[in-house]
Amino acid sequence: MQEVAIVGAAMVPFGRYPDQEAYQLGARAALDAMKDAGVGLNDIQIMSCGQLMATSGAGQRVLQQIGQTGIPVVNTANACATGSTALREGFMSIAAGMHDIALVVGQERMGTGLTYAGDESEGYVGSGTMPAVFAMAGMEHTSKYGTTIEQFAKVAVKAKKHAAGNPYAKYRDPVTLEEVLNSRMISYPNTQFMCCPNTDGAAALVLMSMEKARQYTTKPVRIAASVLTSDPWTERDLILVDVNTLTRNAAKEAYERAGIGPQDLSLVELHDCFATAELLHYDNLGLCGEGEAGRLIDDGETTIGGRIPVNASGGLLSKGHPLGATGVANVVEITWHLRGQAGARQVENAKVGLAHVIGIGSACTVHIMTN
Amino acid sequence: MTQQASQGDPAETGPRPIVPYLRLPDENGGDAYLVGKKCPECGAIYLDSRIGCAKCSFVGDLPEVRLGTEGSLHTWTIVHMSRPGVPVPFVAGIVDMKDGISVPANIEGVEPDPAKLKFGMPLRLVTDKAFTDAQGRDVIRYAFRPAG
Repeated sequence: MQEVAIVGAAMVPFGRYPDQEAYQLGARAALDAMKDAGVGLNDIQIMSCGQLMATSGAGQRVLQQIGQTGIPVVNTANACATGSTALREGFMSIAAGMHDIALVVGQERMGTGLTYAGDESEGYVGSGTMPAVFAMAGMEHTSKYGTTIEQFAKVAVKAKKHAAGNPYAKYRDPVTLEEVLNSRMISYPNTQFMCCPNTDGAAALVLMSMEKARQYTTKPVRIAASVLTSDPWTERDLILVDVNTLTRNAAKEAYERAGIGPQDLSLVELHDCFATAELLHYDNLGLCGEGEAGRLIDDGETTIGGRIPVNASGGLLSKGHPLGATGVANVVEITWHLRGQAGARQVENAKVGLAHVIGIGSACTVHIMTN
Repeated sequence: MTQQASQGDPAETGPRPIVPYLRLPDENGGDAYLVGKKCPECGAIYLDSRIGCAKCSFVGDLPEVRLGTEGSLHTWTIVHMSRPGVPVPFVAGIVDMKDGISVPANIEGVEPDPAKLKFGMPLRLVTDKAFTDAQGRDVIRYAFRPAG
């Protein structure tokens, strides 16, 4: 396998772009990532593009905006892990030695309101809305370990505190614990501030073989592991989606491939689609001992300046969650930290970063990057 | 055996179940009940139609079994935002059935108050009318209530 490096990274600020198509947002991110890498479209040998709600040819439409060079284009759809699955496609094409320079784009425009698996049974035979599903998954943690609504709510307080330093996040105003707890209840224990908002956005990466990367930069960011898992059979998975087991499987494989452990991480960007989810993944990614996620947030260990900062970007709770863009954007964020380019939210002396995404249905990616 | 759920079929009249795995009393009466498909190899039970087993990879017919009425509350949430028109708040939960399968359900007969909901609380199956559909048919759903 060839070593794979990130040489270009960019995103458009997550927000609302009513006058632009998703592929136009993707094209802007792609142009910025290529500029960052010091390459042009004629250098790009393959493109992968993640957009979940695309009719067809999401990546081709990006090239139709900025230059049709005839390269192979792979489009991915893998629930919330759509963008990070596109990243893995680019990674594999270089790791396999098929190509030396790849462009990865994630893009999405979102609607409004609840995301739910809606049929007529919704609300009469339980609830399949995303806030409800992740609320029930969070309450499993409460059942096992006594995790409290205040501990879940502290995730949102931390997210907004971090987001204040991130111009790419849509919601950057600080909130207090009381404000989080008193915001509109959506699905207990998830209040409105504990649910990721709907935003539009795009992000892009330029990947190269390490050999090629050294021609372009003295600071390549190495992708030490790129792992994708699906949900194995577990006891209740088909009734209440099990977001834990496939995350644990992905993390274990990623740590093994990278030859590191969770104690070596400088920072983590994980899938905080809901505040409840973030605490589950502290346990799942091994950031703390089993069941200790509540203590970890209480002790401030996942705040910037703490032992293992989580979601220095402000996370999905502050940036929003444009489905196809999310999994690329969190690797862009890690890249900036590893280069020392993260501005006011920079995690000091960052050397190793982990990016995690889970999509319901289910797909999980874990990427580990080093500088 | 009653009909499977057939939404909006103009030839059908009378009550219909909200999900295919709920069976309503037929002309001979009796109680409504839930059905599952049970793997003859490993015993895993499913609520949906299938050609094989997700747990053990058995491929072939999974015979239908009638599920019991007793379960316990595995996890829950209090839903304040749902599909438009659905009355809120309500308690949604995952119920572990004694048969060894879990089912989604609304939990009735308990206030939608975190202090009133206990993990593992014993529950029993009930059915009631959810709503009347556009064809004027009563749509029947199942739910769970505290046992005893």
